[in-house]
Amino acid sequence: MSSSDIYRELILDYYRNPRNFGKLDPHDIDFKDSNPLCGDEVEIQVRVSPDKKIEDIRFFGKGCAISQASASMLTELAKGRPLEWVKELSKADILKMLGTTDLGPARTKCALLSMKVLKAGVYGYLGATLEDTTDH
Amino acid sequence: MLRSETLDVELVRKDFPILKRRIHGKRLVYLDNAATSQKPKSVIDAIADFYRKHNANPHRGVHQLSIESTEAFDEGRKKAMSFIHASAFEEVVFTRSATESLNLVKYAWGRSHIRKGDLIVLTIMEHHSNMVPWQLLAKETGARIEYVGITTEGFLDYGRLERLMRESPRLVAFSHCSNLLGTINDAARICSLARRAGATTVVDAAQSVPHMKVDVQKLGCDFLAFSGHKMLGPTGIGVLYGRKALLQEMEPFESGGDMIKSVHISGAEWNDLPYKFEAGTQNVGGVVGLGAAIDYLESLGMEKVRSHEVELTSYALEEMSRVPGITVYGPRDASDRGGVVSFNLGDIHPHDLASILDEEGVAIRSGQHCAQPLTESLGLSATTRASFYVYNGRDDVDALMSALGKARRIFCL
Repeated sequence: MSSSDIYRELILDYYRNPRNFGKLDPHDIDFKDSNPLCGDEVEIQVRVSPDKKIEDIRFFGKGCAISQASASMLTELAKGRPLEWVKELSKADILKMLGTTDLGPARTKCALLSMKVLKAGVYGYLGATLEDTTDH
Repeated sequence: MLRSETLDVELVRKDFPILKRRIHGKRLVYLDNAATSQKPKSVIDAIADFYRKHNANPHRGVHQLSIESTEAFDEGRKKAMSFIHASAFEEVVFTRSATESLNLVKYAWGRSHIRKGDLIVLTIMEHHSNMVPWQLLAKETGARIEYVGITTEGFLDYGRLERLMRESPRLVAFSHCSNLLGTINDAARICSLARRAGATTVVDAAQSVPHMKVDVQKLGCDFLAFSGHKMLGPTGIGVLYGRKALLQEMEPFESGGDMIKSVHISGAEWNDLPYKFEAGTQNVGGVVGLGAAIDYLESLGMEKVRSHEVELTSYALEEMSRVPGITVYGPRDASDRGGVVSFNLGDIHPHDLASILDEEGVAIRSGQHCAQPLTESLGLSATTRASFYVYNGRDDVDALMSALGKARRIFCL
């Protein structure tokens, strides 16, 4: 698949009309990271339910269509799921969510930024060590 | 069509083996020259020839190969010296990059000349390499920094610069040509203003020396830095020009082998210029490659290189002005700028644009181009940049335009 095939209508729609964009108050998890190569920024806030599920989630940021659409789609995918589910998330899940199998090394980082942020936030919340957030 | 009035691009291209490469099945359209340039066969061959036939450690042995290596090293320095019209062999110091050249000035000159409360004048259009060293120096010494901004057309605010000169700055550091806007700054004027104000001048010439005739005598600068890889030479070799009187009174930068005259248990005596600033075994292969690059550029003629780029940039600016939704940054007239054109297209993020262009074989740079303060001062988070060199022709600009058309279709602009 050629790299520009990623820019399908769906991705562009999420880039231009991001779902779950903004700040969430109150929240239990707040984590932010950026991709130094691109300057993409993603911040994710999560409200956790008593049974440790993602009750609500928002993201905030700026950057390329892939990083921003990926963040928006991830918030939709994550909402209502147990925090434990976030631990299991993998690169393959994100690429599948974006409807692709390979983005090449430069752009894969853009796609995975939001997963990295969500994992870091959840691991921090659960007090676990941050040992498997990138999943190469 | 490709024969511009100044350079025969078709002929030039034959000298660059990498241009035969296909990228995603398309002809390589290399428009990322402000980041690094491609290398002609003569440079690649000169480096290989040095390692095949003449390699040894220079300045150390009396054996034949060491003599040949020393000669090759000296030869490269003479070429660099005459290329920028330095007045003496001693004024050309080899480093590993323009960045290292600027850091050399910061350490070996700055730390002994800049004191608490001193004023350092920089411009907002600096590459991080000519900004961060001075920010660190200011932090270490307690000096203060003032920045000269830009006008809406992308020129330096010379009025502000002149006002700052009344505050007796100790150091004025600026780029000769902006790597983002392409703006060529009036280096001779800035150096003259700074000199009258009693300030030492540092010129970041990484984007000018490869593309136009630069004469350090005419500029009247104290220090000037550039790198080999942006001017058809190899990576890992940079140059610092410094006025002899300044270099002489400076303490060394790095210390160790080759930069000393004698070492005793009680201390050491520094070597003569320029070796005082060249510690450790030097990058002779890099110097040989740089020398071959200078030969190549001189065979084309720097005036022709410059007029070719003005012509091509002018064509690119004209073609781009017809693209709906495009914003081009920097001076409008190609004669005021280097062969660098930064732009944004609609709401397409530069990284997305770079991906789409790459698929068409068009290599451009996207992001902040190591000039984050300038990007932010333009109210932007990133730009896309096309930059030209001797092997680029109108067909490359046409390929860029057609790829931009594809991007507009994909993003439904």
